[in-house]
Amino acid sequence: MTENELIWRIAGGSGDGIDSTSQNFTKALMRAGLHVFTHRHYPSRIRGGHTYVEVRARGEPVQSRGDGYNFLLSLGDSFARNPQDDAYYGTEEVKPLTENLEDLNEGGIVVYDSGLLDEEDLPEDFDERAEANDWHVYPLDLRSIAKEHGREVMRNTAGVGATAALLDIDLRYFKELMAESMPEDVYETNVDVLEDAHGRVAEMDHDHDVSVPTGDHETEQVLLSASNAITYGALDEGCRFIAGYPMTPWTEVFTLMSQHLPEFGGVAEQVEDEIAAASLALGASHAGVKSMSGSSGGGFALMSEPLGLAEITETPVVLVEAARAGPSTGMPTKPEQGDLEHVLYTSQGDSNRVVFAPGNVAEAYEQTRKAFELAYDYHIPAIVMYDQKLSGELRNVDTDFFDREPNPDPGATLTEDELSEAAHHASGKFQRYQHDTPAGASPRSIPGQRGGRFLASGNEHTPEGHISEDPDNRVAQMNRRMEKLDSIEQDLAENASHQSRRGDEDATYGIMTFGSQQGTVEEAAEEIEAFLESVDECLVVEMNASAQFKGLVQRELGRFGPRMSSLLKYNGNPFEPAEIVEGFEATINGTEFERPTARFQPAAGD
Amino acid sequence: MSAFNAIDTDREIEQEEFTPEIEPQATWCPGCGDFGVLKALKGAATELGLDPEEILLVTGIGCSGKLSSYFESYGFHSIHGRSLPVARAAKLANPELTVLAAGGDGDGYGIGGNHFMHTARENHDMTYIVFNNEIFGLTKGQTSPTSPKGHKSKTQPQGSAKDPLRPLSMSLSAGASYVARTAAVNPNQAKEILVEAIQHDGFSHVDFLTQCPTWNKDAKQYVPYIDIQQNDEYDFDVTERREAAEAMYETESALWEGKVLTGRYYQEDGRRTYHEEKMQQDSMPESPIAEQYFDDDHEWKRSYDLLDAHR
Ligand SMILES: Cc1ncc(C[n+]2csc(CCOP(=O)(O)OP(=O)(O)O)c2C)c(N)n1
Ligand code: SF4
Ligand SMILES: [Mg+2]
Repeated sequence: MTENELIWRIAGGSGDGIDSTSQNFTKALMRAGLHVFTHRHYPSRIRGGHTYVEVRARGEPVQSRGDGYNFLLSLGDSFARNPQDDAYYGTEEVKPLTENLEDLNEGGIVVYDSGLLDEEDLPEDFDERAEANDWHVYPLDLRSIAKEHGREVMRNTAGVGATAALLDIDLRYFKELMAESMPEDVYETNVDVLEDAHGRVAEMDHDHDVSVPTGDHETEQVLLSASNAITYGALDEGCRFIAGYPMTPWTEVFTLMSQHLPEFGGVAEQVEDEIAAASLALGASHAGVKSMSGSSGGGFALMSEPLGLAEITETPVVLVEAARAGPSTGMPTKPEQGDLEHVLYTSQGDSNRVVFAPGNVAEAYEQTRKAFELAYDYHIPAIVMYDQKLSGELRNVDTDFFDREPNPDPGATLTEDELSEAAHHASGKFQRYQHDTPAGASPRSIPGQRGGRFLASGNEHTPEGHISEDPDNRVAQMNRRMEKLDSIEQDLAENASHQSRRGDEDATYGIMTFGSQQGTVEEAAEEIEAFLESVDECLVVEMNASAQFKGLVQRELGRFGPRMSSLLKYNGNPFEPAEIVEGFEATINGTEFERPTARFQPAAGD
Repeated sequence: MSAFNAIDTDREIEQEEFTPEIEPQATWCPGCGDFGVLKALKGAATELGLDPEEILLVTGIGCSGKLSSYFESYGFHSIHGRSLPVARAAKLANPELTVLAAGGDGDGYGIGGNHFMHTARENHDMTYIVFNNEIFGLTKGQTSPTSPKGHKSKTQPQGSAKDPLRPLSMSLSAGASYVARTAAVNPNQAKEILVEAIQHDGFSHVDFLTQCPTWNKDAKQYVPYIDIQQNDEYDFDVTERREAAEAMYETESALWEGKVLTGRYYQEDGRRTYHEEKMQQDSMPESPIAEQYFDDDHEWKRSYDLLDAHR
């Protein structure tokens, strides 16, 4: 893979501007015609607060972070504490270098800031490892270059200049991007730093094989994360209310919505807790505004009761669940898909909801729009589940993809004119919850409308919403609400299923996955095609310990247990394609799965 | 043209319009104070000329939560403790609605206490009626946050070891801009207070003493009562925060001694309501968001226009 791709990793202290530097680097490669994909490793204090971002670029579309990486720009951690050897967090200053060596591929490049790390700071075996792996090491005094022209923080720019020199990337793209985002004087000093670093490195001997592939985009590209896409999907579908409480990684969607809603004529509310957040979303939706809320693990758990209230009162709402490694506070900055069953079934009684698990940026946009459409057409809560992996990775998408009409349609909601024709109780109360309706949803009215008054109740209720425990009414209301799921299934089958399938129609081996792991699995599948032999088996790939997705499939289909083996990863890091390849070999060849990072679980009966 | 024509109608409103034909008779126990709230509310709504369809009444769970079954309007019988967050969002969605929330002392001061504090603080323009019977009624008489210290119940066989909380003081310090206490046994004052509370621009909190003859057998009938505005002994200015705080403290302490004080305690005028505050800082549109969906001429922005940041 190395010959036609670049995987560049920039590492430093959290707060060292790694995010914005990597984002501009990614945009530069995108503007140069490449397909890009970023993987963001979140800082966590336990590891000493250092962070990295990996940028993968190819001439072809990129689906995953790839295996390992081939260029390390290590900036050092300027927020490092505890330099003593026996500190709990270890020597933080060298971590952005030492902790990243493990994944660096053979023949890779290392650029580190010798202005921060002297040779004696390096681990003893560093030279030995470099030689064994044929790494090409460039100690560069990035700090001094930066200080010579401007301020020390511009060492990131110096690092980018050095990268460009080593990989022969045109500086034009970086200059353009800096010009767009910086005031003129800052821009000029940065250009000096960029060019100086570039010039010095260009003069050095280059004996490495790492290069930037070439590519060309037919249409203009934009760079986004799934958090951006969920936000844009919601806005385009007419969502004008959000309530939330911060929790990683959901905070990103909440923040973006809060920033955009006022200019879109809506309202965003940060409230006292997640029970309130979900309840507010119901209140606003009940009063006629397309609404959403969301959270991550623990916060979503608090939403269980309002979620059930939405199901029985048939209040449309979209909830976003940004999963992270649990249980409890778990690993807040690490991705995992262990919340699947939680999201599907939490709250008392029979679950009555739709759950989407988009696999990439484009799907996040499409499926968020679809979630609103279904929620308002069928009066049902719709949940978009994603995770830290999707929210943190940036990908390029055709700009044209977003060139669509907004859809403010409030779904199965009546106007006052329609209400005057609708079924009412003799007393004039509107029959909001009729027993028989074509698709399961009984059209609603909105408070303030003439002729629409009714009672919404968390208790089982009559067509007018009054509390009732009559057995016949109960069965009619339950059946109608459950019928929505059949109608939605049919709706999805006829329109867009939102399921993606790749590969040969009559393939004998399959890999099945959901949500954020989709791209990685697709990439692994390309490599696996070579192995195919005629055995009917399927590997289910998911990021949790109890094979929840496999369990769901088995439960819903009632068979196929003996055909499905599982590959489970729950160490806090997303899959890499090579792990899936090895898991697949274990499935078909019965070979031992030996990686400590994931667990293979062979197929068993139903 | 509004899509919500029940709002601000000029129609004559009859008190009977607030009685739902589906459940004209409440099923509360004979002698229950909750009847007093229902009657006072119907009276207040009639006096204010409100159309049942311009009111959204959001209730919690408890005997008190059944209010929405017996009062004809748009209603939302929500879940235990959560009437306020549902109600205040409805007000933001459509500030032209008259929004009322109601529930028990357990519902509002216990399980929903966090929402009470924050809704008061934010000064949402709505009225919150707490049926304070100093007991959990629906679940058969357990001790509530307002039950007196020493109160015995099946779950506190030795008697409550906790001091009851002070709902009026709590409301004031949280930020409510209208605070009153009334009692079911005082129907005229109750109606007048509800009229004022609904008219008040901002968060109005009415602590409504409602006797529960079934479970609170310590004979809490809340008689005789004293209306502090009618009694020279309690002369204070309801617009003065410190004086109000003192009167509240005295009233709460007196109740524990069996002396029932009622009336208006605090009224802050001229403070912007929450939605006005948001409009003022341009974080909420001036006209109801709910109207946008029915307005064919509304211009819907789209995300395509935000893409510059991503190029
Ligand atoms: C989450 C939750 N916990 C507990 C209950 C059970 N429950 C219903 S009403 C109630 C207390 C009622 O007391 P109060 O709020 O004072 O209302 P009252 O019946 O006295 O009017 C309880 C504990 C519930 N419905 N939901
Ligand atoms: S139990 Fe008490 S509060 Fe409930 S209806 Fe009976 S008297 Fe009223
Ligand atoms: Mg009570």
